[in-house]
Amino acid sequence: MADGNMTINTSRRFFLLAAGSGLVLAGCVTPADTTDGAPALAAEPAKPAAPVVDMNNFVAISPDGTIRIMAKNPEIGQGIKTMLPMLVAEELDADWSKVVIEQGDADQARYGMQIAGGSFATPQHWVPQRQVGAAARAMLIQAAAARLGKPVEEFTTEPSMVVHAGSNTRIPYGDLVNDAAKLTPPDPASLKMKDPKNYRLIGKSMRNWDSPKIVRGEPIFGIDVKVDGMKYAYFEKGAVFGAKVLSANTDEIKALPGVSDCFVVRAGPPTPSKMGLMDGVAVLADDWWTAKEAAKKLKIQWDEGDVSTQSTSLFDAKAVELAKGAPMANLSKAGDAAAALKGAAKTLEASYAYPFLVHAPLEPMNCTAHAKADGSVEVWAPTQRPGGGIDLIAAALGVDKAKITCRMIRCGGGFGRRLDSDFMVEAAAISKQAGGIPVKLVWTREQDMQHDPYRPGGYHNFKAGLDKDGKLVALTNHFVTFGRPNASGALAMLGNAASPPNEFPAGYVPNHSYDQSMMLGEMPTGPLRAPVSNAVSFVYQSFLDEIAYAAGKDPLAFRLELLATPPAAAPAGANARPGMNAARMADVLRVVAERSNWASRTSLPKGTGMGVAFYFSHQGYFAQVAKVKVDQNGAWRVLKVWSVGDVGSTIINPINAHNQVQGSIVDGISELHQKITFEKGRTVQSNFNDMPLLRMDYAPQIDSHFHISNNSPTGLGEPALPPVLPAVANAIFAATGKRIRTLPIVQADLRWT
Amino acid sequence: MATFTLNVNGKTQTVDVDGAMPLLWVLRDKLDLKGTKFGCGVAMCGACTVHLDGEVARACVTPVSSVGAKRVTTIEAIGETKTGQAVQKAWLDVDVMQCGYCQAGQVMAATALINKNPKPTDKDIDMAMQGNACRCGTYVRIREAIKTAAGVDTKDTREV
Repeated sequence: MADGNMTINTSRRFFLLAAGSGLVLAGCVTPADTTDGAPALAAEPAKPAAPVVDMNNFVAISPDGTIRIMAKNPEIGQGIKTMLPMLVAEELDADWSKVVIEQGDADQARYGMQIAGGSFATPQHWVPQRQVGAAARAMLIQAAAARLGKPVEEFTTEPSMVVHAGSNTRIPYGDLVNDAAKLTPPDPASLKMKDPKNYRLIGKSMRNWDSPKIVRGEPIFGIDVKVDGMKYAYFEKGAVFGAKVLSANTDEIKALPGVSDCFVVRAGPPTPSKMGLMDGVAVLADDWWTAKEAAKKLKIQWDEGDVSTQSTSLFDAKAVELAKGAPMANLSKAGDAAAALKGAAKTLEASYAYPFLVHAPLEPMNCTAHAKADGSVEVWAPTQRPGGGIDLIAAALGVDKAKITCRMIRCGGGFGRRLDSDFMVEAAAISKQAGGIPVKLVWTREQDMQHDPYRPGGYHNFKAGLDKDGKLVALTNHFVTFGRPNASGALAMLGNAASPPNEFPAGYVPNHSYDQSMMLGEMPTGPLRAPVSNAVSFVYQSFLDEIAYAAGKDPLAFRLELLATPPAAAPAGANARPGMNAARMADVLRVVAERSNWASRTSLPKGTGMGVAFYFSHQGYFAQVAKVKVDQNGAWRVLKVWSVGDVGSTIINPINAHNQVQGSIVDGISELHQKITFEKGRTVQSNFNDMPLLRMDYAPQIDSHFHISNNSPTGLGEPALPPVLPAVANAIFAATGKRIRTLPIVQADLRWT
Repeated sequence: MATFTLNVNGKTQTVDVDGAMPLLWVLRDKLDLKGTKFGCGVAMCGACTVHLDGEVARACVTPVSSVGAKRVTTIEAIGETKTGQAVQKAWLDVDVMQCGYCQAGQVMAATALINKNPKPTDKDIDMAMQGNACRCGTYVRIREAIKTAAGVDTKDTREV
């Protein structure tokens, strides 16, 4: 579909318009297979399959010099729609002012994997997208060489211009495209890419491509889609997860003014994440508010099932009981932790807990769908993972996947929520059942809060032993998490509910044992930005802080000391993370100490404190220092956060890179205030009154710095988030002497005199 | 159902709707002005911020029957004012946007602030903008963009 233009055009416009009117580059590109492991995307295969891509179409150059670049991935606010085309344009040596970026539809056969998740996009596309540009440039040079009868070696390029210095000839790209289009694209592997010192675009700040439309209020989000003849839909599901409709007064609702239809929708095939099509009642009208208001008069009898017995208070009690008993499984161990604890000069114990969390992107879930008379389905979806939605629709509607067209529409935030596709299959099912009319489904905020693939809560029970010199010699953790019975009846862990077996400092301490127990949890769970890391960072980096204080050491120096003895081999096992390079982490810690003037922390007044934490996730190395002020009533505010990140050799689009870091920090601080709880199988929280977002007045000053290293560039959607939670919690301890071991942070606990 | 005559972005518009229907849905679904966004429905997020006679209003809780003769200004027309134009430009120069979904509301709130208070301090900004949530956390840049639009020093003067 066209950017900023909600007129729907179903043709493969990009390709067709380009053909015959210029160069269409068909590049044979296989992105590198890089992942941050299974925890990042439990809904995905552990290793994303190498894309089955033979011919992709990314670049179209018109005779007038306009260069159209296809943005292949979903845009959720991470800036990928601007950044991937920058990679193409750089090696193409395109004049950026002549570039037009277009959003691709879901078509993994053409574009390779299309997903916004796992901070994958940068490492995956760093080489292949530049190869696309380099191939186009090589063809333009070849066309110019043929025209002038000179060897290709004598040609160079300037932005959108092939240059032959010897004859002082400069040919605009637009003048060469019809010749170049007849050439065979070169083998990408044969292409020589630019020396980074010659970059004209990479490393320069390019403004977010869609911003001009956003400040003018143009309809570019999923919720803005308009299709001729469409009805608006409201869909009422049970408050208890997976509740079934026994009866509903659909005839009564149908008779209400303005209502065009009302019917019961039955659940589709079950999905492991519980985020598929569930039972519910659809109400259709000519505007959404009328449908929603009519639904207030619904009388539905629900079968709420076993889930209605589940509550947060019961989870908490069960976690305490399980922690007292023997663990159900060992995740990893080294040495003899029990013996080392016995022989330790000093020991400490602490239990940590964090709650379930909701994603709550600001654009509520929505999708427009048209199940057509010919059996095909078209959906317009703000999605992070179109393939997942297509799979669900195919299964629930019994349609061949090849007959489903998915237009990827800009998302008003994602944070992992739109990796699940329940809203897509709902819209498609409602459209079909309504007789094949196009339908726009919009959720309320309350529905969004109460039907989310939640970040799972978790409980960690630590013991640590120090020798007489204050050196950490033993660490144990009995982690209590959630599972659901699998086919054989055994509890299988919920998605994104893991604690990695090689979590730092495993391997860096001579004796450790990480163990685990599970309890039944029927809540749907899924990846929330920096999944697993956003929870585990808080507990481990906070407990390490406790250990440092117990050892009488500077918490930052203590961490450097631990990092100085990297393990020969990190523990492996299910849910293990890629190995962390200790030297890279030590470097960012040292830099953040300097930038934050860490040494000044000892002279701060009571009530003000600085805390530090580091975290390695999604291939990014981040160390952060937070400065926090707590008043005597316990009200607290983060004054400033210093962030130092190492994501490799190149910050592709600096202005957006820093934006991602700033946003991650605000997001992480928000999470310190948030919780989702359950009573009788229902989510208690309902809107931003009881699930607060951090506001302008509580957003800290932020110093974001990148430490450049000689490594291939990696992604930034996630890795800056995990360390800020423990950095703030550790700063609160420094300010008040009160250790935060349970989230969210409750103001009343922080009073001091 | 009843007929309401509204002044939206300087144009007279007539809609035939239930008087309880919030202005937000009249704008979005009846007048096809989709720049004003739905975020929470209870005036907790500010995504639906519009101006009524120049004053900030949350369209999601403003019944259409209460609008009367007040001039409704939405994001689609804010660029027709000098302040609105300056705010839009600052938003682009500072590159505020991540997902962008809240930003129409932010721009409307910021424009109203500068119209009333041409040289806002950090405290003024905190007060005026705390009703507008940004889930992506672009507050550092919203603050900077407001000061840029107002032509004041962009340094954050809050306690560190």
